[in-house]
Amino acid sequence: MNQKLYSEVKNNSFPLDLKEIPVLKYDLFYEQVSLLLKNEAKHCVVYYGVVISGILKFYCYIADDNNKSIAVFSHEQNMNKPELKSLTTVCPQLQIFEREIHENFGVEFNDHPWLKPVRYSYDRFDKSKTIENYPFYSIESEELHEVGVGPVHAGIIEPGHFRFICNGEKVLHLEIQLGYQHRGIEKLFIERKDSLQRCILSESIAGDTSIGHALAHSQLIESLAAVEVSEKLQIERCIALELERIAVHIGDTAALCGDVAYQLGQVVSEALRTLIINTTQLWCGNRFGKGLVRPGGSNFPLSNDVAEEMLRVIKDVDRRFCEVTECIYSLPSLLARFEDIGKVTKQQALMTGAVGMAARTCDIPRDIRVTHPFQFYRTYPVQQVTLETGDVFARGMQRNLEVRESVKILGGLIEIWRQKEKKIIKPVYNYELKQNSVGISIVEGWRGEICHTAVSDNDGNILHYKVKDPSIHNWMVLALAVRNQEISDFPICNKSFNLSYCGNDL
Amino acid sequence: MLKEIKVLKSHGRQYIKNLRTQPVSGLFRGRPVISGDMTIQEIENVSAICPVMAIDNRSGSIDLGRCTFCKECSFLLPEKIRFTNDYRITSNLRETLVIKPGSENPVRLEETIVRKEIRKLFKSALKLRQVSAGGDNSTELELNACGNVNFDMGRYGIEFVASPRHADGIVITGPLSRNMAEALEITYNAVPSPKIIILAGTDAISGGIFEGSPAIDRSFIEQNNIDLYIPGNPVHPLTFINGVMDLIGITP
Repeated sequence: MNQKLYSEVKNNSFPLDLKEIPVLKYDLFYEQVSLLLKNEAKHCVVYYGVVISGILKFYCYIADDNNKSIAVFSHEQNMNKPELKSLTTVCPQLQIFEREIHENFGVEFNDHPWLKPVRYSYDRFDKSKTIENYPFYSIESEELHEVGVGPVHAGIIEPGHFRFICNGEKVLHLEIQLGYQHRGIEKLFIERKDSLQRCILSESIAGDTSIGHALAHSQLIESLAAVEVSEKLQIERCIALELERIAVHIGDTAALCGDVAYQLGQVVSEALRTLIINTTQLWCGNRFGKGLVRPGGSNFPLSNDVAEEMLRVIKDVDRRFCEVTECIYSLPSLLARFEDIGKVTKQQALMTGAVGMAARTCDIPRDIRVTHPFQFYRTYPVQQVTLETGDVFARGMQRNLEVRESVKILGGLIEIWRQKEKKIIKPVYNYELKQNSVGISIVEGWRGEICHTAVSDNDGNILHYKVKDPSIHNWMVLALAVRNQEISDFPICNKSFNLSYCGNDL
Repeated sequence: MLKEIKVLKSHGRQYIKNLRTQPVSGLFRGRPVISGDMTIQEIENVSAICPVMAIDNRSGSIDLGRCTFCKECSFLLPEKIRFTNDYRITSNLRETLVIKPGSENPVRLEETIVRKEIRKLFKSALKLRQVSAGGDNSTELELNACGNVNFDMGRYGIEFVASPRHADGIVITGPLSRNMAEALEITYNAVPSPKIIILAGTDAISGGIFEGSPAIDRSFIEQNNIDLYIPGNPVHPLTFINGVMDLIGITP
């Protein structure tokens, strides 16, 4: 007997009927996941639990980069604190998802090496676990000491706690504990029934990725409504996404320079970032693009004047960013601070399920614009940038090269945009969603892959909303990166990743 | 050396000369002007579409402390509601943030309630500690930008410092997540008196889109006196700097 083991869907396409998703016995589920994830070109996008009609259902999405498709399959358990064999021991990249499921539903994953809380959500299963009693690893030793940093940090930055175990200056182990930014976002997506409210919510998940998350949300709603938007709108969304990418990459470069006291690099990059975000403001009135991306249409259609100005600005910024990065990446005193610092091997990155820049700097070609294209990237080819050394230098240089590439993409997109009919379509806030379906929307934000996915019920209302920010994978990569490094290098390691605390905490 | 000189030449002079009058893009959404002749139905309609209940359904006033500046009210009634690019929307009185229909008055501080010690001690040097209590990182990035080469609020002695022990006050962003409640309290207690509290951003002032979420805990704000409310989603650097300059008494 041939049981269909998974459904295959493409990103940014039509919703999947719940009935089409194979429900496997856990043993078979376990086997299938282990088998699929042996392939480096496959990784788990998200694995989550949802209660439907009193049954705990678990959905798993595994992306196949070679095939540009996503395998979707599930298993079911009864509600009474089920015990399951942990997949983390064979597929470490699932560690965060199993922890999340444990925290939300109390599922015991036997043999999970560290079944610790993820975000101390207000509706977590076990409320006796509080943010004050996170079980950090510690070592009995006369020679080692612990350093705790946070939640409040020295700079203007989000809160999180970093617990180091150190031998003198050298870090043996870093454990990152988050949850301080938890605001209840996933529940709010269900409770706030108004579409506009959900748009505002999506922009507030991680404000530095407003466009990335707003696009993932809008794309999801359109997918569940089985709606295709015009190519013109798709192009404008890609333009907005690339502008966001350029702005943050330049800002990150400023921050890296600041941390190594290279003031020239810092102030020049700051000034260049201002030019980019002021261009976003010229387009839609907000430096972060809040208000720009909506389902079905746009309140701020791109105009010829704004497009002209945008081209002028990015040409100027590109030239000046080239000049300053020439200095940054050739100065021996800077290279000494960047090279071989915070090194992550390809094997470690694969093992932890790294996505986005954290993966691409370890020679893993994961970029959703290429592997599972969405919006106009389905037509417009993007060149992935990958580097091999996996150190702070690579993560800095990655941003530099991606700015180059994004500038080219913007020029190309605007050219094509000019040919499109300038029909103005307002946002649609009252789409009817397909019933009993699952929508999947993946976007390549500047950090990496963002996934918004939702399950609809019999009335076409959203029954469950799951947000996956790329940071949820990559925090573990940072924890590995600082091992055997000087603790004083932690700030630049952290900045070279620049992960989202609020994207993790939701 | 030649490479660096080339960079400096391209960089030029970057600081904004006058932070009080620097114009921002026309589409920037600052202080709204609301027509005094909206009908009852019109007021009900705009109030209903506002995602954060910032529009009073009887008077039609817009509360900038709740507003996320999404502009949907203005799109619905463009002749009656328009957002100017006036970024000076900061006040020390919560009620001043509620913009009434028919009013074109600028939003300003209530001078009479500014504590004397703030003007006496902090006018030439104000050191602030930032605490992100559930902030989404957009206002945090803008606060970072306040000290950058363009805005350079450091020229007025206004700085963010690394420790509450070095600070004269705290700037809070985010809706005040429950998980940050204790850390916020500890940080504030560590600031020596006299000290000030500034709320930066819609989320901090009212909770914004997160208001009512069980994951937030706003008791700190209920229990303490707030010295400055700075609206924005996120707060524009010019809004922040102008507001703080007003509070500590820098004129013009």
